[in-house]
Amino acid sequence: MSGASTAYSVVEATPRGKLIAGVVVVAYALVALIPLVWIFSTSFKSPPDSISYPPKVVFEPTLEGYVNLFTTRSRQTDEYIESLGPPETWYDELVRERNMVITGPSRFADRYWNSIVIGFGSTFLAVFLGTLTAYAFSRFKVPLKDDLLFFILSTRMMPPVAVAIPIFLMYRELGLSDTAAGMILLYTAVNLSLSVWLLKGFVDEIPREYEEAAVVDGYTRLQAFIKVVLPQMRAGIAATAIFCLIFAWNEYAFALLLTSGNAQTAPPFIPLIIGEGGLDWPAVAAGTTLFLLPVVIFTVMLRNQLLRGITFGAVRR
Amino acid sequence: MTTGAIDNLADKAAKSTPFGMVRRMRGLSDRAIAWLFIAPTVFLLLAINIFPLIWTVYLSFTNFRANQPGREVRWIGTRNYERIFGSEDIWGYLQATAHFVVWTMVIQVIIGFGLALLINRNFRGASFWTTVILIPMMLSPAVVGVFWTYIYQPQTGIFSYIIDFFANTGALDMIGSVGLAPWSIIIVDTWMWTPYIMILCLAGLRSIPDYLYEAAEIDRANALQKFWYITLPRVLPFLMLAVLFRGIENFKMFDMVVELTSGGPGSTTELASINLKREAFEKWRTGFSSAFAVILFVTVFGLGNIYVKALNRVKS
Repeated sequence: MSGASTAYSVVEATPRGKLIAGVVVVAYALVALIPLVWIFSTSFKSPPDSISYPPKVVFEPTLEGYVNLFTTRSRQTDEYIESLGPPETWYDELVRERNMVITGPSRFADRYWNSIVIGFGSTFLAVFLGTLTAYAFSRFKVPLKDDLLFFILSTRMMPPVAVAIPIFLMYRELGLSDTAAGMILLYTAVNLSLSVWLLKGFVDEIPREYEEAAVVDGYTRLQAFIKVVLPQMRAGIAATAIFCLIFAWNEYAFALLLTSGNAQTAPPFIPLIIGEGGLDWPAVAAGTTLFLLPVVIFTVMLRNQLLRGITFGAVRR
Repeated sequence: MTTGAIDNLADKAAKSTPFGMVRRMRGLSDRAIAWLFIAPTVFLLLAINIFPLIWTVYLSFTNFRANQPGREVRWIGTRNYERIFGSEDIWGYLQATAHFVVWTMVIQVIIGFGLALLINRNFRGASFWTTVILIPMMLSPAVVGVFWTYIYQPQTGIFSYIIDFFANTGALDMIGSVGLAPWSIIIVDTWMWTPYIMILCLAGLRSIPDYLYEAAEIDRANALQKFWYITLPRVLPFLMLAVLFRGIENFKMFDMVVELTSGGPGSTTELASINLKREAFEKWRTGFSSAFAVILFVTVFGLGNIYVKALNRVKS
């Protein structure tokens, strides 16, 4: 957009037009934020406050939801609780006020850790392989190049549930069911399409002359790739990595169908929190908050690359 | 193409490079590097995408059941397909899917395009508020489904409370009632994905050079004419791309809806993918569900291709 330094511009909106636009857009943004703010505030409510009518906007904040998220508890009689002596920690005290005793850690921390391991593992592989493939597609004459590129993209058109049927059978044969390694391989394959398409766009933007100059200076092609091209791809690789990470972090269908006890990630686990000890909405909200917060932060960091990432590099701006 | 063929090609490429001495001195040849760099990706995609797809097609002609591995697998021809096309339930699920796809696209295009036009007026703080609006689409759809069940609670939920406050509707059972459930998933999808349409429209609007409007001004075009003859044709390719991406995603929709309504009440929100999961992983009719999967894939692929042709015509 031009800066509109002229007194009258046909492109620049009038001050009144800008004001109306600003008011409507901000209003939309605030309404769209209500669900997120609501779930965030619910994570600090007590269970009775979370199901009060009318819904409570002002309440006494408590960490009960977070304590419940990370622990398993059992209900006990007053006599038993009194016989235990004074509570040792603040969270013991919090739980005992509800006539409960902490019996151990919940599985949320494990699931969260699985999400981190599988997310970062598959992101590393997808970006590593994607960088190599993107470079080859960008710089070399590859037979059937367009077919291969389209084939890589078309792997995203299949409904995950449809793909999960044969993967389930294959993993059962190979002993990969419910393992982190199996999930890392699967997410790598799914993310490769995104990573190849995005990274190819980034390589295309680096002038070939740089490498050619390096080759003239006595570098081999491989050295030129590592020492000249890779450093210039750094920003593109970082953006691609975050997109792959967010996909793996958010993925649900494969995780639900292919993992259970061992390698389950957080998304299929969060709804199960409801079942542990009645409708414990603050605990669900706490888990949701902890799970969504990193993505919100990454989104803000990514805002300049967002368009490119969500359209597979089709729109660059 | 198989991996063997690729290795072969790589081998040939390496051998056919002239001047063996030069190659040794200069490292790997370009073609060797090309294949070395591409082969792992192609191998992984063949193993995890293409091989399973071919297996699905094979299974769709059998009576295989994944929970009874010992049972004899029989080739039953096209009987699975006949059963699907003859089933009224399946048509019901496809109708529910079509209802979801069409309405989400219509509503999101209107709101998304509208917001983009407003943001394009460049008021102060526009870029900050754009980022805020984008947040919902980056979140995990399944987790979004989970927390919207809380927001939709008929007695204590904030959604019902706000609507009742402004419109006096009484408690709304968004998820539990047959009439409202299809709309409950459309509302959440709209909340989540309108920003997607918006940001693509915005990219389209920003690609329009100022001089077009200036020329129109000289020709004394009114606002409506400018919109109809300049803005709309220029934004349309971006808008159609957005609808293509989101249309495919919503046709495959599984995670958010499964957590929100799990297909209920009855089967009012039983989208194709949700039914597929039920057939494959609850009833364990692997052969039957494989046939259904093939039909869904062909549908997505076919509609996608037709749409891309239309998109190209608009572009040119």
